[in-house]
Amino acid sequence: MTLATEPHKLDAVIDTSRDIPECQSWLNPFRDAGREAFNRLGWPDRRNESWRFTNLDALKATNFVSAVDDADISANTVGGFAIPELDDVTLVFVNGRFREDLSDAPDKLANKLGTNVTCCRLTEAICQHRESIEPFIGKLTADPDDVFTALSNASVEDGVFIRVPRGVTVDTPVHILSIATETDEPVATHPRNVIVAEEGAHVTVLEHYVTTSDDAVYLNNAVTEVFADAEAVVHHYLLEKESESAFNVSSLFAHLAEHADVHSHTVLLGGKLVRNNVLPTLAGPRAHCLINGLYVGHGDQHLDNAMRVNHAAPDCDSRQFYKGILNDQSRGVFTGRIIVDQVAQRTDAVQSNRNMLLSDDARVNARPQLEIYADDVKCTHGCTTGAVDPENVFYFMSRGLSEDVARAMLIYAFAAEGFGRMELAPVRQLLAAEMIAKLPKAQGLSIEV
Amino acid sequence: MTTTAEVAAITEERREYKYGWTTDIEQEFAPPGLNEDTVRFISAKKGEPAWMTDWRLKALKHFEKMDEPDWVFLPYVYPPPDLQGISYYAAPKKAPESLDEVDPALLETYEKLGISLSETKALLGITDAAPAQAVAEEQSGEGSDAPSGSRQVAVDAVFDSVSVATTFQKELADAGVIFCSISEAIRNHPELVKKYLGSVVPYADNYYACLNSAVFSDGSFVYVPKNTRCPMELSTYFRINARNTGQFERTLIIADEGAEVSYLEGCTAPQRDENQLHAAVVELVAEKDAKIKYSTIQNWYPGDEDGKGGIYNFVTKRGICNGDRAHISWTQVETGSAITWKYPSVVMKGDDSKGEFYSVALTTLKQQADTGTKMIHIGKNTTSTIVSKGISAGRGHNTYRGLVEMRKTAKDAHNFTQCDSILIGDQCGAHTFPYVDVRNTTATAEHEASTTKIAEDQLFYCTARGISEEDAMSLLVNGFCKEVFSELPMEFAVEANKLLAVSLEGSVG
Repeated sequence: MTLATEPHKLDAVIDTSRDIPECQSWLNPFRDAGREAFNRLGWPDRRNESWRFTNLDALKATNFVSAVDDADISANTVGGFAIPELDDVTLVFVNGRFREDLSDAPDKLANKLGTNVTCCRLTEAICQHRESIEPFIGKLTADPDDVFTALSNASVEDGVFIRVPRGVTVDTPVHILSIATETDEPVATHPRNVIVAEEGAHVTVLEHYVTTSDDAVYLNNAVTEVFADAEAVVHHYLLEKESESAFNVSSLFAHLAEHADVHSHTVLLGGKLVRNNVLPTLAGPRAHCLINGLYVGHGDQHLDNAMRVNHAAPDCDSRQFYKGILNDQSRGVFTGRIIVDQVAQRTDAVQSNRNMLLSDDARVNARPQLEIYADDVKCTHGCTTGAVDPENVFYFMSRGLSEDVARAMLIYAFAAEGFGRMELAPVRQLLAAEMIAKLPKAQGLSIEV
Repeated sequence: MTTTAEVAAITEERREYKYGWTTDIEQEFAPPGLNEDTVRFISAKKGEPAWMTDWRLKALKHFEKMDEPDWVFLPYVYPPPDLQGISYYAAPKKAPESLDEVDPALLETYEKLGISLSETKALLGITDAAPAQAVAEEQSGEGSDAPSGSRQVAVDAVFDSVSVATTFQKELADAGVIFCSISEAIRNHPELVKKYLGSVVPYADNYYACLNSAVFSDGSFVYVPKNTRCPMELSTYFRINARNTGQFERTLIIADEGAEVSYLEGCTAPQRDENQLHAAVVELVAEKDAKIKYSTIQNWYPGDEDGKGGIYNFVTKRGICNGDRAHISWTQVETGSAITWKYPSVVMKGDDSKGEFYSVALTTLKQQADTGTKMIHIGKNTTSTIVSKGISAGRGHNTYRGLVEMRKTAKDAHNFTQCDSILIGDQCGAHTFPYVDVRNTTATAEHEASTTKIAEDQLFYCTARGISEEDAMSLLVNGFCKEVFSELPMEFAVEANKLLAVSLEGSVG
């Protein structure tokens, strides 16, 4: 490694020459454009509406390296991050690097997913299946308006490429497990996943971010591009439980063709500073999109959610349900924008953001936004912020429950509404357990999901 | 707040002001351009004391360091106002000699609004009598079968010869209410102006408020003393129309402890003005147990079909509930201007204080409105209500932007927000950008919004009953706005109904 004492903030890291294998060089113009966009956009400050409530000073001041040697991590540790009772195929990344030794073998993938389904690491796709990935990679992020997307474009490293052919239903979910360990120096990684569901195809993908230590400092700047062709169904889960000293920026871009159906479920539990972007474009008529999310903060966590649902075709509907639970000095931000283009007549869009504050030092900034250019539409949004209803607590207590248990149950119930929309029962169970672990005074609670 | 250093800097500058003070005081127009000379000229013209001039200069100095904000949501790009091309002080405009000189289309609109001929004349400034007098004549004329106990409206009349105004002035004086132009107040009640001017909207608050602080032309000043209920509704209605108040109006309304006042601004009559930029500042101060109700009807010239020539209405309006149980209520009906950019706000500092905002904003032609409110909850048990109705037609764009802020100290505070939009036609846009910022657990904020097109089944029902499509549309739109109109003083509400109908003409089909 070169002089570690030199400052190497993200700005510097991005400009250092990279060692890119020849087979990936066809992507270099895209990387160069990303670097140029990064330099042009610059770091956002408070005057940038999109970043108004999220301060990036700590991130900007951190010295990052772009890669470290493979971490020593046991299969046992990795097994601990599996989702109990979920029959899936798992691809494991540690500190951004693909770990063949820890991932399911290609023959297992082929066996579980079907031989005609492509599911491999991104670099393999770039080098060996260029004709398959080239029409998709970077197509939804080519003209970035956000600096982190530009950064990701400039630094395409690794990730997962999934392509499900026409009419094929994949029953087994693909589990992309990203593990971060404590490193000598903070690592910045830019994973990119490309998911292509051809006409009528069905696929479920889980992105799962975990850590072995809450002291680990790193940046995960993940970009996922989802292409749902006509009648295709894509279910995407983002389970974020990063180190509480780490930065996580996840952006989900989705392009929905006619009558496509995309579900996005996001649960933010970890991280010091988290930014979660969900950016679907309903480009074909009668497309449907569900965006379901929950952010649970404690300590001094900062959880920022930015949605932008673009209705660009007629007769589509979209549903957004986001909930926040904030304790201690944590801060939650919700920005949800529904854009209805002039052509998108008969749009039906619903957006709901509900927040619960558990502490007087917690804070919520909510911005539910509508931007509508078509007249024959039905768009509503609702937003509420409050505490646990004392009347409800009283009711529970009058039935003999202690105040702590009553409150914990009410908070859990508030969160669980969102779990109910998730199709995968094992994920619901895992989240229920995680929630109970994170809620104050709820440890004794046992809840059937 | 001015620091000692700033004061020193200003003093120094004044001493070293190398161009001297040579502008001819007799001159009627300030030469176009914004600089220290202009500000001194305005101040001198108005015979202001030194502290006022200093305040203006301080604002100017700050303004020079500011940039025009760019966050406003205006889909149609507008040419920024040329601040150096404006003359910041001008004598009143010349009125047309007779009705023959007036655009017939404009007269037709007046007629539709039900404004009588004599009043029309008065509003256009074609008269030997002042408007207030014209109205007085009408009231005493044949049409005076109106109940004698009908509500009185006092106008901030600069027509000192007008008997009506004098009568009202006397009644107000008996009650101890001060109602005059801000220039007079600066001369006659400096202690009040000094205490309150800039206390709600500091000179450095925002770009256009800062500009206004430097060059404000005139406006109204109201002081309602302790435990006094202002005996009548106060209004700038006539004054604005008949005389050139200028582009930079400044209004300051103070309701002392236990006082109550209702103030009306603007009128339904279409107003044309050569000044494209209007940057007003309105400050409301409600002390303990006081109540201020501020109603606006804004119908400035919206420009032509392509939005050319319309007024830019960039206004800063803010009220503060200084004491416990104070209450400030804003009601606005915005139908005019090419661009409306304003957020009447309430800072609820006193415990149990209350803020309200009721708004109807209509954009048609190529109008753009980015308007809403800010409710800042600081005191305990403070409550706020926001009801905003946006109507977009033609190629208009209507944006609601609002902030609800629950500070840590605002225990048990509550906000309810509802903003609904309807769209008429497929070339327009309706947008909603609320900001909710909650920092304590006992505060609750609720926000609801919906956007729909005008209900076709309802339209069909009306037309099936023989109501023309245009009337049906106006009926439905008025129904949509009912919640807001019911907050308006009665005379205003009737006019507002007609105004919407007139503004929506040609939107059907």
